[in-house]
Amino acid sequence: MVAITSPAFKANAKAALADPQLQKALNHVRAGFIAKRAAAVDALPEFDALRDSARDIKNHTLANLDLYLEAYEEKVTETGGHVHYAETAGEARDLILSICQKAGARTVTKGKSMVAEEIELNEHLEAAGIEAVETDLGEYIIQLRHEPPSHIIAPAVHLTQGQIEADFRRVHTHLDPKRDLSEARELLAEARGILRQRFLEADVGITGANFLIAETGTSVIVTNEGNGDLTQILPRVHIVLASIEKVVPTLEDVSQILRVLARSATGQEMSTYTTFSTGPRRRDDPDGPDEYHVVILDNGRSDMLGSQFQDMLRCIRCAACMNHCPVYQEVGGHAYGWVYPGPMGAVLTPQLIGIDKAGNLPNASTFCGRCEAVCPMRIPLPNMMRHWREREFERHLQPVTYRTGLGVWAFLARRPRLYQFAMGIAMRVLGNLGHRRGRFRALPLAGGWTKYRDLPAPAGKTFQEQWKEKQRALAGRET
Amino acid sequence: MSARDTVLGKIRRSLRVTAEEPGRNATVDARLKRAPKGVIPARGQLDSAGKVGLFTAQAEKAAATVTRVADITAIPLAVAEYLRAHNLPAALRMGEDALLNGLPWQKTQIEVSHGASEGRDAVGLSHATAGVAETGTLMLTSGVDNPTTLNFLPATHIVVVEAGAIAGDFETVWANLRKRYGKGVMPRTVNMISGPSRSGDIEQKLQLGAHGPRDLHVIIVG
Repeated sequence: MVAITSPAFKANAKAALADPQLQKALNHVRAGFIAKRAAAVDALPEFDALRDSARDIKNHTLANLDLYLEAYEEKVTETGGHVHYAETAGEARDLILSICQKAGARTVTKGKSMVAEEIELNEHLEAAGIEAVETDLGEYIIQLRHEPPSHIIAPAVHLTQGQIEADFRRVHTHLDPKRDLSEARELLAEARGILRQRFLEADVGITGANFLIAETGTSVIVTNEGNGDLTQILPRVHIVLASIEKVVPTLEDVSQILRVLARSATGQEMSTYTTFSTGPRRRDDPDGPDEYHVVILDNGRSDMLGSQFQDMLRCIRCAACMNHCPVYQEVGGHAYGWVYPGPMGAVLTPQLIGIDKAGNLPNASTFCGRCEAVCPMRIPLPNMMRHWREREFERHLQPVTYRTGLGVWAFLARRPRLYQFAMGIAMRVLGNLGHRRGRFRALPLAGGWTKYRDLPAPAGKTFQEQWKEKQRALAGRET
Repeated sequence: MSARDTVLGKIRRSLRVTAEEPGRNATVDARLKRAPKGVIPARGQLDSAGKVGLFTAQAEKAAATVTRVADITAIPLAVAEYLRAHNLPAALRMGEDALLNGLPWQKTQIEVSHGASEGRDAVGLSHATAGVAETGTLMLTSGVDNPTTLNFLPATHIVVVEAGAIAGDFETVWANLRKRYGKGVMPRTVNMISGPSRSGDIEQKLQLGAHGPRDLHVIIVG
């Protein structure tokens, strides 16, 4: 069970800032992703035109989502696959469990899927006696640690190599203590060896989907390791778990979005494997699954359509927003307290678990706008965080002191004369008090600021007073 | 009410639509039928020599190795040389692909076995449907001729692609697939492969050879 700790974001963030291992690991986010993306974007002159194209494709699809889902479903059924709809996380879990049970499954392998994290699928399968094995290296590592992912494409990015080596030694008890695991490639080889056997034994393979194609009834996964492919071609049953907004119209439309996906995510021109799966194995096929199921999950997304959050449904989960976020870079993904971290999480999480629990997340932003600037789907993330802040205020969810402060400010801001009068006094008082040193080391009600840096003392006059004086002086000179 | 009806109903309520608007239905049908192309990067729009050159450079950038032979009869020797140079056993597994099956393997020492992989083969050999110059990507389609398991289970994957099958962009390959399989029909699996498998999950250090092949070798013919 992934406990929701989003309400404790502030405490989580504080702990994260004081965690030296985490801070060391987060350096790889700060250093790696940003430069790689920039190089890939610079190498493709059409990148921004492709972003526009990708945005328009998704907007068109979302406006006709019901029809595209029906078209997709018809094609899947034509090719011998099965489409199941789930309104809630619970329904999706039960559907998947029942497919696994019908298949007599004892173990299932899993490709990386954020939607599976969202519905807590592994826990549900394990409770029914079915072992779920994560096969993406990062997911495998965090499964050993019983942790949720801290990043949507690099789930173990919060860990150092030393921590991973310690986990392998703890769990892989067959390991000779003398065996050298000090290199990343040794750790990868060890995981590859263990997981190869699991791939071949599994009864059911479960993957997510980056896209569902309405034209052909195809599910698409994009990976680098090849684990998703082994998950979906080796077992007898393949289950695809995807949310409603993954559908796109045609192969051409997918190609547009693929051109911005990997570049925004890892800075690759293409991920190593982009795989298109259509239905179960055909009559003469020597490999592939006998059964092909797609579980399409809503879980609150349909409520975002037609609302000020509809644009969020364009998200393709590339993680560029969190890689470029100054808050994510400092606190990492776990501080956000649920499945989706960073700016995209700050917008999506309140929808999925409630603004009452996730209210801190849209506030965990400096509104620097980098997330929107790099988003391949041009999602206005800061604007949507603002919408959540408004809803949070409307529903009286912030602490009394915060609301009172905002109330006082709003009262003054709506009365310009009173505002100028009050500010005039405040600036004179502060200006006099800070006259000698020019700055304050501590100030009542401003502890959050002065704890980390001095507050410069005001000039003794408000900006408006100074402006008026300057204008008067100028006018005097001209006449 | 089924979950399907509930979900589709919620979507329609939120969008303030019914399923009956003729305009919406016509727009969707037209897009599915016409499959309009969007922005095609200029970099792949080259003559055939240019496309082969760009494909090679891009595949190598993705950590594949590439060699070129004059005609198909030279393939077995090129494979044998690669295996020797990489200290690999003289054995490989492939499907029933007509082009690969018709080659004079008996002129080499290579022991050829056929069929899907069960994970015991060091080397898999496949014949790609197409290549895409834009990104150095191979396109492989499933079937008895080229089983999908050969793309992933062997540690070394050797892929033959004809120079004439290297397209400038993805869209050209989709158009060709439609001609071959029919509109709206796909082979069971289409694999786009760009380089050997890799992972950056440990401290963002790129490691080649994750769960798929460690080495991807491309032989361009013609």
